[in-house]
Amino acid sequence: MQVAETPFEFSTVANLTRIGNFSAGTLAELLNGLQHCSDASIFHHTFQTLGSHHFLTEGFSNDFAQWALVDANRDALAEQLAALDIRDYTSIAALRDDLCRVVRDYLLQHPEFAKQETLERFYFCESLQVTLPFGVRAQTLDEFHDGVARLSHAAFHFHFIASRLRLQLRTNDFSHWLANALGLKTLADYINRIDIYTNTLDSAREKVLRLVERERRKHEPSPAC
Amino acid sequence: MSPVQLASRTPLSDYAAVIGAGEIEELRTLAKPLAGRTVEMVNSTAVGGGVAEMLNRLVPLSEELGLNIRWEVMTGGEDFFEVTKAFHNALHGEPYHPDPKHFEIYRAYTEQNLKRIPLDAEFVEIHDPQPAGLIESRTDGKSHWIWRCHIDLSHPNRAVWDFLETYVAKYNGALFSSPEFARQLPIPQYLLYPSIDPLAEKNQELDPAFIADVLERYKIDPSRPILTQISRFDRLKDPVGVIRAYRIVRRYFDCQLVLAGGSASDDPEGVVVLREVKAAADNDPDIKVLELPAWAPLEVNALQRASTIVIQKSLREGFGLTVSEALWKKKPVVASAVGGIPTQVIHKHTGLLAHSVEGTAYQIRFLLSHPEIAARLGEQGHQHVKENFLITQNLKSYLTLFLMLSQGTAG
Repeated sequence: MQVAETPFEFSTVANLTRIGNFSAGTLAELLNGLQHCSDASIFHHTFQTLGSHHFLTEGFSNDFAQWALVDANRDALAEQLAALDIRDYTSIAALRDDLCRVVRDYLLQHPEFAKQETLERFYFCESLQVTLPFGVRAQTLDEFHDGVARLSHAAFHFHFIASRLRLQLRTNDFSHWLANALGLKTLADYINRIDIYTNTLDSAREKVLRLVERERRKHEPSPAC
Repeated sequence: MSPVQLASRTPLSDYAAVIGAGEIEELRTLAKPLAGRTVEMVNSTAVGGGVAEMLNRLVPLSEELGLNIRWEVMTGGEDFFEVTKAFHNALHGEPYHPDPKHFEIYRAYTEQNLKRIPLDAEFVEIHDPQPAGLIESRTDGKSHWIWRCHIDLSHPNRAVWDFLETYVAKYNGALFSSPEFARQLPIPQYLLYPSIDPLAEKNQELDPAFIADVLERYKIDPSRPILTQISRFDRLKDPVGVIRAYRIVRRYFDCQLVLAGGSASDDPEGVVVLREVKAAADNDPDIKVLELPAWAPLEVNALQRASTIVIQKSLREGFGLTVSEALWKKKPVVASAVGGIPTQVIHKHTGLLAHSVEGTAYQIRFLLSHPEIAARLGEQGHQHVKENFLITQNLKSYLTLFLMLSQGTAG
């Protein structure tokens, strides 16, 4: 079995939510909040919320879209906000630009809704993160499989979803390591293609594990004739 | 004054079957740098109410993780709890006429407790307004003081909040159950959800025979739909509004209503409200008003599990842990969009929200007509609680906060 020179270091992750300074009771205020809130706030309401609501695989994408749908009652805007796929972004700045663009374009087309009061206000929050070494590392596919199986939801989210921002690549920690440390580019691509919007964190993890198991079988020695 | 004696201890490893071994391993990893560090929790009651229930579980689990944690209860006479109940209602936005005597009583009991409670831990967490004044004992800048607010502060009475704010502003940070409750304060404010314990008597799986016994004991017919609200007999829980909603539903469905709860030791209004509820029930044999002793956890559990729909029609709510309890049991929930409830009931995903008596009745009728939708909401509600509102998640949030405070990265 191939042994990687650079091991995969699994992390433990914990988040604390800080309540921010902005809130919105109209779509115009939402736009203002999106323009001025912190990067940690954009991260919280998009990347982070997908992790804490991963079990909703139908019709939940990010907090902005959910609020536009339920509290602002603006279906078309909600649809456009929900359509922003966080996998397309390697920086919060780019994601913020697109969120602002969607809301701004909507208000240009529907200025009558800009100051209409919503049912409930939107409160901008921020994710503060603590990361510690989990004490588990992998140098082989077997060790990688066992490590992924042991991760908490938060740690899986950290390595599989939030990592895109850290790496500033359209990939995740797992795929990045498999491709670069073990040279398993096809496996890395398959894992990177798992849809995080239609899977729960558990089902996404099961798919990662199944793909790794399939790869392991390819490398097993053939039974002696 | 001595620390609270804990009722029971459940080992952390028992939770692995519920949340997975990986989550437990993560808690142990996060706790390692905090081993031996001192933590003190202070609230105003050892029995009754969500805070005491939570601390009863949280404290032994923290101990098992190696934290040196103790739980103290503030003491006070009847006059103190009458004042703090008035403050509680005023902070929820109820009418209140400031009375200087009230503030004096609060200060006097704070002084009395300051002499009795040793507040010398590295992390001191004070729960709710009653013991908030204990911050006065802080003498050095080394310890970390956190004020945990479990109530809805979105529309507080100005006089009471102004009084309380003088204390709260001295803390290192404040924790709220919903961002809506945060105030303009010079300290960082964090979101921390309360939690339920899946292994506690109130939430554990029950033998169907026990559930049947409980229904028989309270003369509840298991063959007809059962609508249930579990809450203290408190006007802010709107039990009379629930009866009005039930009467609308009754026009279309042959159902029963169960209103069950008890009175917390710091809630002297309960008896009066119970009388009002019985009057509103007007001897309807299908309305069961059950006053349960010290919340009778197994009975509450059985009533929730036997329910067709669980209601939480609060007018104001801190968080409303009874909602999490019902969702954990995969029950469809119809609840008011107040306080922390919309965090738990994501409309059309994990339950249905309502804004009035009529709206509550409509959503109940909808779910009684669409049991398949009710079942889906219940299933997703269970997942939501598992992910966000279990005691283990609460424990993780505390460990994260303590780590950040000690590292100076808490904002």
